[in-house]
Amino acid sequence: MRLQKTISKSNGAAARNDAAENLDVVGKSVQRVDGWEKIRGVARYTDDLEFGPGLLYAALVESPHAHARIRAIDTSAAEKLEGVLKVVTGRNFTHKFGLYMNDRYIFASDRVRFVGEQVAAVVANDPKIAKRGAELVKVAYEELPPVFDAVKALEKDSPLVHPDLKDYSHVPWFFPKPGTNIAHWRKIRKGDTAKGFREADLVLEDTYTVPRYAHCAIEPHSAVGLYDASGRLTMWTSSQSPFTQRHVFAETLKAFGLSHKDVRVISTYIGGGFGGKAGVTMEIIAAALAIAVPGRPVKLLWSRAQEFYNTYQRLGVTAKIKMGATKTGKITALDFRLHWDSGAYVEYGANVVNAAGLSASGPYKVDNLSVDSMCTYTNLPPCGAYRGFGYSEFLFGLESHITRMAEKLGLDPVEFRKRNVISEGDTLPYGAHMNPTGIREAIERVEKEIRWGVKEKSKDPKKAIGKSVVCFWKAPAMPPNASSSAFLKFNEDGSLNILVSGMEIGQGLLTVMAQIASEVLSVPVAKIRVETPDTDRNPYEWQTVGSHVTWGCGNAVKRAALEAKGRILDLVQRVHCLDKSTLYLEDERVKCRTKPDFALPFRDFVINGIQAEDYTFKGGPIMGSGVFMPEFASAISDPETGQGGHPNVHYTTGSAGVILEIDRETGKMKIKKVALAVDCGKAINPDLVKGQVVGGLLQGFATVLYEDMRYDAKGRQLNPNFSDYKIPTALDMPEEVVPIIIEVAQPDGPFGARGVGEHTMIPCAPLIANAVEDALGVRIKAMPVTKEKVALAAKAEKK
Amino acid sequence: MKNHNITFKLNGEAVSLSVAPNDVLLDVLRGRLGIKSPKVGCDRGDCGTCTVLLNGRTVRSCLALAVEADGAEIVTLEGANTTREWTRKLQARFHSKNAFQCGFCAPGVILSATELLEKNAKPSSHDIKEAIAGNLCRCTGYEPIVEAISETAKGK
Repeated sequence: MRLQKTISKSNGAAARNDAAENLDVVGKSVQRVDGWEKIRGVARYTDDLEFGPGLLYAALVESPHAHARIRAIDTSAAEKLEGVLKVVTGRNFTHKFGLYMNDRYIFASDRVRFVGEQVAAVVANDPKIAKRGAELVKVAYEELPPVFDAVKALEKDSPLVHPDLKDYSHVPWFFPKPGTNIAHWRKIRKGDTAKGFREADLVLEDTYTVPRYAHCAIEPHSAVGLYDASGRLTMWTSSQSPFTQRHVFAETLKAFGLSHKDVRVISTYIGGGFGGKAGVTMEIIAAALAIAVPGRPVKLLWSRAQEFYNTYQRLGVTAKIKMGATKTGKITALDFRLHWDSGAYVEYGANVVNAAGLSASGPYKVDNLSVDSMCTYTNLPPCGAYRGFGYSEFLFGLESHITRMAEKLGLDPVEFRKRNVISEGDTLPYGAHMNPTGIREAIERVEKEIRWGVKEKSKDPKKAIGKSVVCFWKAPAMPPNASSSAFLKFNEDGSLNILVSGMEIGQGLLTVMAQIASEVLSVPVAKIRVETPDTDRNPYEWQTVGSHVTWGCGNAVKRAALEAKGRILDLVQRVHCLDKSTLYLEDERVKCRTKPDFALPFRDFVINGIQAEDYTFKGGPIMGSGVFMPEFASAISDPETGQGGHPNVHYTTGSAGVILEIDRETGKMKIKKVALAVDCGKAINPDLVKGQVVGGLLQGFATVLYEDMRYDAKGRQLNPNFSDYKIPTALDMPEEVVPIIIEVAQPDGPFGARGVGEHTMIPCAPLIANAVEDALGVRIKAMPVTKEKVALAAKAEKK
Repeated sequence: MKNHNITFKLNGEAVSLSVAPNDVLLDVLRGRLGIKSPKVGCDRGDCGTCTVLLNGRTVRSCLALAVEADGAEIVTLEGANTTREWTRKLQARFHSKNAFQCGFCAPGVILSATELLEKNAKPSSHDIKEAIAGNLCRCTGYEPIVEAISETAKGK
């Protein structure tokens, strides 16, 4: 695979940051610090941890109904089963919880809202006994009419999923509509859309639909809780958010006398996250069970089926777009209505709706913009974070629509995009200004790579070839005060331990943090150990989500390293009487520009200090701490227009292009070539960025070509397993993937870096839909774009 | 249900224990013998993360009963690490290419690749993809894994 890389400077931005520094380690594809552990099979995931013979196991009693009132729960038969220690129901846990909105109970108590919702749990000394016990719990339900569709849920006579919505507490930037199923309604009103549509030569209106998807991390969720005699709750969880979990556990279980200091969350390696292990899902059940059975560890391990129906799913959306443009190819107005099927609980999912609403213009300058992003409760499983956080979903409709607009205007779809694409300083949908971006260059690079404009013919007459180019952007979705912190400690031999609570979820965080500290302190990566978090030991990190940790946690580590460096220089200045402005760090030594023979090895002083002329010692252990919070961010704006505030810290942008071969009869599609250019500011480890591009693309293509979540009429998922919900295997790889790294520095990023994890997945759906149209002349407006759908559409087109 | 006494070789070491007839091999390896490289991913043979070598051939240990191991030789990545030449060569290549991300699928993939190269030292790209098609990976897009196996075979 060829990795292409371009460094370009945006106007004035490069001068403000350190991208132009001479770098030794940052920008190099060093090998992963967790590589050998994982390749030898010794990396430990939560389910691999040993808890001894006292370990207890839990199994759940789950709702068979999508919507029902709980009349009675009879636990007596289960309690009598030998080996069962306790049956736990919602009676003992009456506090609601949630990340952005408190709309969930640990166990359903008065009503169930989706098939599979937990009603009770059985704790036993053996997993098989726990399961048998769960089958013995009898629950009497009174069925209620369910609602499964986000648009139907808005009708006047629709059943209400949360009649008590008015009592739920939530963050100040959510706007629920009590008495309806609308949990949050993000509005954006910018410019004058009526005027914009009047100025348009073409107005096109259509609806695009995106179903739900599942993360399918190969490691299922797993949690172990121990509530000990000292009043301490220790949780071992497979989590992207140990500190957020600690906070939610402490808040939700406050009634049991817990405070934050009593809760400890330990997260080992996790076997894939993709947003599914963000926030709190099943872990709260394990925490409650630990409280209910004090003194012994209790384990809850999700089955693959539960992994589908009771973690978070990706939200489904019905997207109604109306767009106007002039003959010369200027977008004059966009009216975008997004109806999100957010499921039974939206404590996290409502923020997906919010994030998508803020950015639904895509990476385009749209002066007259109206967005209504509506978070709607339904009686399907709860939805939440999934790699892309709403952007994949709205981009399917938006980027499909933009290509169709261009064609109707007689313009080249790439040229049409270039005429509208956003630039640094442009006004964003909510009024703030766009950060430096290399998106124009990304488009040009991708265009060239797939030979855009050159019509290609397959050697096989049964097959057609289509091409497409689309653009993407995404900002981290986070509260304005989401922060990161780091501790850094030198050891006697000059090696370093770095403590952060950003999670290693496969993206390579530990390696990248080591590289950043290595660059500042000249300590080789091999002499730096960065560990996964334990909230007692490691300092605070909000969550590892939103592709923000390279930027946020990276800034904290850089600051910690700079603080340690400052202490080293101060000490050497004090003891050796050298002006610190002449001192620098190189090869694990302090050196001096004016005294070439001066070279003081770190190992000689970083713990035991420097001996002065009078034989006393000065200094002591060298440490550093660093904190980063985006102090310019604010989420408060006018609820009716969304104007004001600075809810997003920055956008990562890019473009992707595909050459797609399609069998005209069977619809079978083969990706001959895909190129993706992403502006990550600075690729701290290009190999790891490349890994995000290749992996993200296949995960994205999977949502268009293969994955297809199905429910029956009663709201039960029909395919919660890998036999019926197909994720790609090695045989489904694209023939050629070309990752292209663009580096227009992010002024406030460590060495100019900004995030890249989610972005590589989000352009895939419109990429395929547009290429299918280019090849066969058929337009598919509902995901997934499976071969069956393509073949049937092509057949219908012929008639 | 009557328990069975079984004896087998696990990573070169003789093991004897009493198991229930419905005990699953994966659960016995993980829960009773401290062997953690085979993982629980789907519990129905779809994902391949529980792959072990049974008499030199890959099996999904979530679909095998412990009693089936009686008299057999089982090798997991813990053992292949030191005893299988192809495993060691593959690991070096996987490491230098940063081939894995979360690492959860790695033990299964490495054993499938070991089995392939032990049988066929000159696999085509399609042979490689087919050999690991039963091991699901959600992170990498498979490309660095396939490249690493191919380069290992070519001795590059």
